Amino acid sequence: MTSQPSSKVDTVALFVTCLVDLFRPSIGFAAVKLLEDAGCQVVVPPGQTCCGQPAYNSGDRESAMAIAQGTILALEAHPAIVVPSGSCAGMLKRHYPELLADDMNWGPRARSLADRVFELTQYLAARGLRIDAQVAARATYHDSCSSLREMQVKEAPRDLISQVRELSLAEMAETEACCGFGGTFCVKFPDVSDAMAQRKVDCIRATGADLLLAGDLGCLLNLAGKLKRAGSTIAVRHVAEVLAGMTAQPAIGESGTGDSRMGDSGVGGK
Amino acid sequence: MTVLHDSNAFKANAATALHDASLQEALAIAREHSIPTRARAIERLPEFERLRNSGRDLKNHVIAHLDQYLLQFEQSVVARGGHVHWCPDAGSARARVLEICRSVDARTVTKGKSMIGEEIGINAFLEANGIEPIETDLGEYIIQLRRETPSHIIGPALHVTQAQVEETFRKSHDGLDPARNLDDPAALMAEARAHLREGFLKADVGITGANFLIADEGASVIVTNEGNGDLTQTLPRIHIVLASIEKVVPDMHDAMTLLRLLPRSGTGQELAVYVTFSAGPRRAADLDGPGEYHVILLDNGRSAYLGTEFEEMLRCIRCGACLDHCPVYHSVGGHAYGWVYSGPIGSLLNPALNGIENAKPLPHASTLCGRCESVCPMRIPIPKMLRHWREREFAGAIAPMPERRLIRLWAFFARRPWLYRLAARLAARGLHLLARGQGRLKSAPFAAGWTRHRDLPAPQGRTFQEQWRARS
Amino acid sequence: MLAGIRAGMARQADRRRGAPPPAKPIPVIPARATAPGIDVVDLFHRQVLEAKATLEVVASRSDVPAAVARYLTARNAPAQIRLAPDRRIADLPWANAPLLETATGRSHGMDATSVTPAVAAVAETGTLVLQSSAETPTTLHFLPDHHVVVIGRDQIVGTYEQALARIVRDADGGLPRTINFVTGPSRSGDIGKVLLMGAHGPKHLHVILVDEAL
Ligand code: SF4
Repeated sequence: MTSQPSSKVDTVALFVTCLVDLFRPSIGFAAVKLLEDAGCQVVVPPGQTCCGQPAYNSGDRESAMAIAQGTILALEAHPAIVVPSGSCAGMLKRHYPELLADDMNWGPRARSLADRVFELTQYLAARGLRIDAQVAARATYHDSCSSLREMQVKEAPRDLISQVRELSLAEMAETEACCGFGGTFCVKFPDVSDAMAQRKVDCIRATGADLLLAGDLGCLLNLAGKLKRAGSTIAVRHVAEVLAGMTAQPAIGESGTGDSRMGDSGVGGK
Repeated sequence: MTVLHDSNAFKANAATALHDASLQEALAIAREHSIPTRARAIERLPEFERLRNSGRDLKNHVIAHLDQYLLQFEQSVVARGGHVHWCPDAGSARARVLEICRSVDARTVTKGKSMIGEEIGINAFLEANGIEPIETDLGEYIIQLRRETPSHIIGPALHVTQAQVEETFRKSHDGLDPARNLDDPAALMAEARAHLREGFLKADVGITGANFLIADEGASVIVTNEGNGDLTQTLPRIHIVLASIEKVVPDMHDAMTLLRLLPRSGTGQELAVYVTFSAGPRRAADLDGPGEYHVILLDNGRSAYLGTEFEEMLRCIRCGACLDHCPVYHSVGGHAYGWVYSGPIGSLLNPALNGIENAKPLPHASTLCGRCESVCPMRIPIPKMLRHWREREFAGAIAPMPERRLIRLWAFFARRPWLYRLAARLAARGLHLLARGQGRLKSAPFAAGWTRHRDLPAPQGRTFQEQWRARS
Repeated sequence: MLAGIRAGMARQADRRRGAPPPAKPIPVIPARATAPGIDVVDLFHRQVLEAKATLEVVASRSDVPAAVARYLTARNAPAQIRLAPDRRIADLPWANAPLLETATGRSHGMDATSVTPAVAAVAETGTLVLQSSAETPTTLHFLPDHHVVVIGRDQIVGTYEQALARIVRDADGGLPRTINFVTGPSRSGDIGKVLLMGAHGPKHLHVILVDEAL
């Protein structure tokens, strides 16, 4: 059950996710800007680390439970928790309650938290944020599997993207297919993962887009790595960066001072 | 052509499959065909999602009353003059089939498609006992000639290209005129049809599978498109049904629910061409039909999963939709899974029926993308159960030690926020420096699996939490 | 073996912690064949064609022999037919089509064409419901190349469930040995996913719909 974010909730906790924290803080700052534009006051609870997926998906239930408890403790005081990743949001929303279902103390707390967890674009769209950004590009959007199937996020990012001035969206074929990342899957089965990424990249290229967007950094690192290895000039960015108009940072896997095609529209980080 | 029978060799099998050009061609054809075909069928039936709920609930009900429905089924079969043989394992099932064949000195047995037949290895066993099994489903026939195993639950020869079928027929059909043009699929099918007709008419025993068993009527149901299953069970003196215990449903109406789900999910048809209900041997006045009707009721390890976290896999109706929508299956095909079942459901069933120690990689051979669950007509939470297998491997120390250590080490940090933040800061800086301003790493010894096929985008340099703290 | 199953059921009971076992769901019947105002004859006709069978409507029983003859001529099929020894088929005025050579009984695989009745026809998916009996041998449904099924307008029902109600039961109320749901001619996609007709069963399925009761 997804509860609607109420417009009265003004304080939101940003669960930044371990990948954004480590690899691409600019996504976190873009998320902060968008949430502030939507009238929220953003806090970043200090006790957060990782949602625990690596342990959970490796079968280490015990560690996953311990990490889940730590995360709940860090976040549960806040009326809304927003996550710039469908996969980590799905972990908090769908898997914590399952993981802790049998625990008299933590079970109810996990369920209560789950009711207040939102994927970023879902939250922004539900709050009716009007996007004020200009990015001249032909973009295509990759649905991450967790966004699509665990969080039911499909229209929200597209609605928001469609408001970006000078940006056109070209849908790729096979939007429901996985990009081959899969957390530890991509290093355990690199060849199979590569075949999957290759099919995804073929679909991306077929759109003629010069900008690839997605809401999950895992997929983005995978696809950027694959595209850059092949020498592609397609820029790869988290959807939040474009929605916030914060494209001054180089695109994922690129060097230098940002994509010149988009650089002029950047309003910079906070 | 190699027949792989080792689920533990998944990784090597997958590597072979990824480099097999004709397999890749066949997989691409199948992928492009099956996904839109199913989607169209489902679009035409607005009640489909509700039907899925109904199918799920029905099977849950059956699984919770399994003993009762199986006993009722047996009673009804006996009342119609048939026989039910309870077989706890593959060996006892094979022995029963042989006994029945021997009772009429059978020399030839025709076979309809049966995954249970594959599971118990009935063909090799009959051959070893001097009885010739003839597969009559076109796909099964092709792979029988090629001495292969099925690579898909409902399209056993999915991995074989048209050119390979021609080559196979030319090699195995004596008296086939080398000058005859077999260049198109229709000619190939005509050739198989003519060849198999002889088999149908001479067989002493016909063996089919069962899509469902109907408890109150004592009937078995087969769902086919070719009509081979019907000829298999109508013409010989004896009809043997191979069925596993979870195939039972209470009554005909329940079978209708599943029939509205199965073909739409599997082949994208509104209904398969032939759905046949068989109850007992021919009646006194009948002009045709078998004189004896036997049902082999196979457990083979399934009951051990009743009342466990794996129970829901017993809802499977073997439609094949999860294979058709699986990106891993699309990449490597069915044989890589190393046993009878493949794709997502294979990654659940093979460890269940063969032992997890014999199928260690399978539960991990998935990104848990969830597309299988999203199409499964029985709403089986496949990713959740794959994770349960991973948990059993982790808990039972079946998972490799270095991996377990690494996860535990990482978890040690993840549970201590201050330590974690420190480690993240170091990693962000270190990786950033390693990239030397290029924005990405072309190779990284600590992430060789990653950098084999792709670059590793480098961190921006300072973690979010670090910058956020500095800001506020 | 039953003991193993029962041990599993005991585990289930433990996991349910006193909750009742799941009940049987209420079936979902598609509205396409049951909604008010649906013309089941029309729906059946469309669905039969979609299943790649053919259909001809004739006004009365006496038109059937000529319709069969026309069908065979158009397909260049031999003028020999094997009739189900069922009153509804055998008693048709076959003398109206003098060029047709008829025989009755089961098939042994030598007949090019069979003509049989049906228990019912289901509009939902264009499905013919056939059953085995002394008058309707199953071999006629599978061995010939052409299978002609003669149905009366009143035999067309909306759903499978409605068709099941028309099955003729044994003296003791049991099902007949065989019930066939047939939806179009035999086919296979096993060679390169190309859909081909006539894998093992009939290559052609032809329905003659008589606009009166049979
Ligand atoms: S698991 Fe579901 S989708 Fe896969 S074969 Fe079974 S019923 Fe079909």
